[in-house]
Amino acid sequence: MGVLIALGTLLVVAPLILIFGFLLIKGLGALNLDFFLKNPAPEGESGGGWANAISGSLVILAMAAVLGVTVGVSGGIFLAEFPRHRLMPTIRMLSDVLSGIPAIVMGLVVYALVVRPMGHFSALAGGVALGLLMVPIVVRTTEEVLKLVPLSVREAGLALGLPQWKVILSIVLPAASGGIITGLMLALARVAGEAAPLLFTAFGSNLVNLNPLQPTSALPLEIYKGATSAYDENQRLAQAGALLLITLIFVTSLLARAANRRR
Amino acid sequence: MHETVPRKVTLPKLGSRGDGVFRTVILGLSLIIALTFVLSIVLLGQQSWPAIQKFGLGFLTTNVWNPVTSEYGALSLVMGTLLTSFLALVISVPLAIASSLFVAEYAPKWLANPVGYLVELLAAVPSVVYGLWALFALKPLFQQVQLALYTDYPDLTAHCAELFNAGRTSLPCFVMPQVPTGLGFLLAVTILAIMILPFTASVARDVIRLVPADQREAMYALGATKWEVIRLAILPYARAGILGGVILALGRALGETLAVAMVIGNTPEVIKSIWAPTATMASMIANQFGDAQEGLQRASVVALGLTLFFVSVFVNLIARTLIVRLTPKGL
Repeated sequence: MGVLIALGTLLVVAPLILIFGFLLIKGLGALNLDFFLKNPAPEGESGGGWANAISGSLVILAMAAVLGVTVGVSGGIFLAEFPRHRLMPTIRMLSDVLSGIPAIVMGLVVYALVVRPMGHFSALAGGVALGLLMVPIVVRTTEEVLKLVPLSVREAGLALGLPQWKVILSIVLPAASGGIITGLMLALARVAGEAAPLLFTAFGSNLVNLNPLQPTSALPLEIYKGATSAYDENQRLAQAGALLLITLIFVTSLLARAANRRR
Repeated sequence: MHETVPRKVTLPKLGSRGDGVFRTVILGLSLIIALTFVLSIVLLGQQSWPAIQKFGLGFLTTNVWNPVTSEYGALSLVMGTLLTSFLALVISVPLAIASSLFVAEYAPKWLANPVGYLVELLAAVPSVVYGLWALFALKPLFQQVQLALYTDYPDLTAHCAELFNAGRTSLPCFVMPQVPTGLGFLLAVTILAIMILPFTASVARDVIRLVPADQREAMYALGATKWEVIRLAILPYARAGILGGVILALGRALGETLAVAMVIGNTPEVIKSIWAPTATMASMIANQFGDAQEGLQRASVVALGLTLFFVSVFVNLIARTLIVRLTPKGL
């Protein structure tokens, strides 16, 4: 039985190694300076790069982070520091439930919420969609990390006559900041790879666009378009882009994990 | 001699005005979570209202998806979603449990940590990257197998082609390809199974680690083998938690979009063969929403999203209940 279990484990781990190996072999050659500095060439022509997607991902993720962090960390503080508030069980349950909503459905919601009123696709809409997807992950990790801070620390602060908000903001949060930042990095890595909610929100663009109110591309969006494209050149760029994205995500997870273990 | 206690003790007022402000700000921002949930239902309901009004529950039980005649029924998509997810679970659950037993019970520590970490990385691979890999690396393999079936059984192929054209199928035809494109149901199931593995595996590993040590020790003391300990002491104890992990993975599978959309073929037809192209609700949304005409077509696509929303909420609540019930208090 032990052999079967080891074999099953090998089958579980194999795809990861196969995927990374495949992307290394296929994609590494296309990861040159042009890839980072040029916009996509017109359909069917060779050359070009993904400057539009890389810059777009940065813009969209920055906006997602602002939304994800403010709402997520607040939610975590609420759940951990006000456990007897009568809305607490409801907020916790809804946060859990939101974490299970498919990303594509979140895309439809944000389309109706942001894109329709504005009248066009935008990086902002993409940022809102990814930010809302980040929230439940951030809430959960923040709550868990805050609960690790011993109660005596809070009591010591309160005993000195500090008001509760000061205890939380200047004693509890700094004590938990390492874990919270780890959680934020993991949440950001998770949504950085989402393409489905960006299809109807950020939509994509062939040019570098730094205006948050205009359609913007992102790495996962271009990977989707490139992989399903009929042109070899687009497929090649998609493989390079996938290698870049997956490497960034793995490095982020590794760093977050290493930082987590050190504490 | 003791002092008389004054009747009214005036304690210094606890809290400050800052506390009130802080509480309001935190609560206000937290309420965005509740607002997101409510807005999702309202906006999805509003957008899909024309379809709900026209088709009602028949939307889920009829099977035409025809923009020309403005008829939309999601039966084939509902079936595609359920069948792909179910089959992906059947493949992935034994493997996930095996890997979590390996990490928690069998492997030496120097091996358990890296393996556990690799399984976690599997969860971090984005959906599009899985789709890309399936398209460029797995699809050619699947195509070869199909081609072999196609040419090695010419009689069955001809017989099944007739049946397929008549809109019928038979059991042996279920394993015969129609046209060997490589894309279709089986490839989608394969990639889905790989994608949902880490969700079951990590929950299973955590609950297996929660099994009290004296359970194992008592069995070992009676002379049980390692496998007997796992089968009789560990798995029964961890059952509810593992089931929670399986249902969590089911929720992922139901909503998984792009990897599936890239390899399933996106044909809204009830499957006639495991190789045949079909579609899921999520893949259909990704494919059709952008091009859908304003009005009934778009409303029908959003109605798929609304269905998916409620199914995910339901599945998630069951999974949470099972996991929470098993986890000891204070953890």
